[in-house]
Amino acid sequence: MAEAQNWRAWLLTDTPTSRRHARLSALYQGWLSFRGNTMAMVGFWILILLGVMAIAAPLLAPHDPFAQNLGNRLQPLGSEEHLLGTDSLGRDILSRLIYGSRITLYIVGLVALIAPITGLLVGTVAGYLGGWTDQVLMRITDIFLAFPRLVLALAFVAALGAGIENAVLAISLTAWPPYARIARAETLTIRSSDYISAIQLQGAGALRIITKHIWPLCISSLIVRVTLDMAGIILAAAGLGFLGLGAQPPSPEWGAMISEGRRFILDHWWVATVPGMAIFTVSLAFNLLGDGLRDVLDPKDSDK
Amino acid sequence: MALAEHKTEGRHRAPLELWIRAVFVTLGSVVVTMLGLMFLTFVIGRVMPIDPVLAIVGEQASKSTYDAAYEQLGLDRPIIVQFGLYVWDVINGDFGKSLLTARPVAEDIKRVFPATLELATLGVIAGIVLGVPLGVVAAVKRGTWIDQVARVIALVGYSMPIFWLGLMGLLVFYGILGWVGGPGRVGIFYVDIVPPVTGMILVDSILDRNWDVFKDALSHIVLPASLLGYYSLAYISRMTRSFMLEQLSAEYITTARVKGMSESAVIWRHAFKNIRVQLITVIALSYATLLEGSVLTEIIFSWPGIGSYITTALLSADMNAVMGGTVVVGLVFILLNIFSDLLYKFFDPRAK
Repeated sequence: MAEAQNWRAWLLTDTPTSRRHARLSALYQGWLSFRGNTMAMVGFWILILLGVMAIAAPLLAPHDPFAQNLGNRLQPLGSEEHLLGTDSLGRDILSRLIYGSRITLYIVGLVALIAPITGLLVGTVAGYLGGWTDQVLMRITDIFLAFPRLVLALAFVAALGAGIENAVLAISLTAWPPYARIARAETLTIRSSDYISAIQLQGAGALRIITKHIWPLCISSLIVRVTLDMAGIILAAAGLGFLGLGAQPPSPEWGAMISEGRRFILDHWWVATVPGMAIFTVSLAFNLLGDGLRDVLDPKDSDK
Repeated sequence: MALAEHKTEGRHRAPLELWIRAVFVTLGSVVVTMLGLMFLTFVIGRVMPIDPVLAIVGEQASKSTYDAAYEQLGLDRPIIVQFGLYVWDVINGDFGKSLLTARPVAEDIKRVFPATLELATLGVIAGIVLGVPLGVVAAVKRGTWIDQVARVIALVGYSMPIFWLGLMGLLVFYGILGWVGGPGRVGIFYVDIVPPVTGMILVDSILDRNWDVFKDALSHIVLPASLLGYYSLAYISRMTRSFMLEQLSAEYITTARVKGMSESAVIWRHAFKNIRVQLITVIALSYATLLEGSVLTEIIFSWPGIGSYITTALLSADMNAVMGGTVVVGLVFILLNIFSDLLYKFFDPRAK
């Protein structure tokens, strides 16, 4: 108990003794203010649950998500052995839902890596170098921004062929421009600060300044944006899956599951309803978390 | 975003002259953006894996047939020339022939576009009528239960997969309650009864004074339009709220209150008046998003609009149709963006 008190005092100190101490202290205070936001915590725990579900899928799933049993098809909710019923091929919906969380996290994770990194690269280079590099890069960004996202993603998938990886690529291609904008704006303010001039005088090159001194400062605003974007990414991926352009059967991707259940919607409503609830819950969780994170990391924009 | 650009230079010039300059600058950026859009669709349609020649001549074609088609499509010329030809075709409204319908893509689009326009327009009207007052009230009664309700409505809107909500709507209001018409634009007995003048069936049936068709069409459109309306409501109400909050915290509002002005006059005559231009920008943007967002909605409701057209073409590798559809949607999207941009520059004195 006393030890915990000491830790708290150490973390909440006004006079940090080292760089790491200061960083941990800032992190802890951010966590405290984040924890006070009930809705954000709800989102946070839903996502933790999702993560656990994805990791422990083989342990949690009561059945094989691919095992068909035509004699047992379209069982209703709460039936014996199948809590959430079965689909048109007699597969256990709960198990498919649990395995599907892996696909959702996989897609979201990849897009959340590719899009912000691309945007960070383009934005910081454009912002730091300025001149015609800036002109060309930002023009390209504007062109991508001016496109209808879903339609463009559709066209990309059409050309590349359906599949999870191509869906990820298509969504990333349409998602990076806002990050480039943010990164560029941040870079422009950082570029003119004194400490950058100091490093320049020490002889640091553009590459070193961008990677070591500008990137770290752009991260927090990008993280907020990514979290707020996650819901959109999930919805886009589910939309592509629903159209048959994302994950292919028999993969238990949630959007594809809805599309499958759509054929029986009037008589066997749960087949399409359950995966939709899952998508809604997860994207809601990301929105809640994103709002909370924004309040902590980027207070000037909160309450909008 | 253009909202943040407050240009202070050239304040002494006549507003009209400035505006004309803005128009030219904007036109330039439209041209560049359009060229970019066409280049992307060109790359997707011509250079990527699907072989356009095979799509036309089929797998079994002989080498000579293949080569003839290859040359006819101009694929033996340099890429840049091909791109130039493509741009020229698009400018002339020629998107090539659809493999699926065997008609020119431009004609197909002309036929399906009004259906999407009708749906999106009703959607955005619903979004404005409900979203703007909700946003204003949420801002004025900030922190109360109304504000919380508005917040939840928006949050759910941002998090809900539209195609799923559409399915649930069909299940409840069509399947269980039977309050609305099912998928499609009209019931099977009313198909092709009114002469297509505008292509928008509600308008056409009014012009034809055929009230049975009108009623039936209304019962079919109400659900998909409300669905799209909900999404624009979520966006419009949030934006309205944040614009209003910004105005209400300004000093001139305090002054007005101190002068003893009634609260409704403060809200509507002062604060709201100042956010009108910003609001129009938001509405134009949400209209553009709805035109695009109707893709999934159209699939759910078997709505014969441009979203259904693109998706059907896509699933049968009808690349001309996909590219034509993408260019048209992109063009509308860009034009709406530009329109709101210009409007903003023209009407908002702060932007001059």
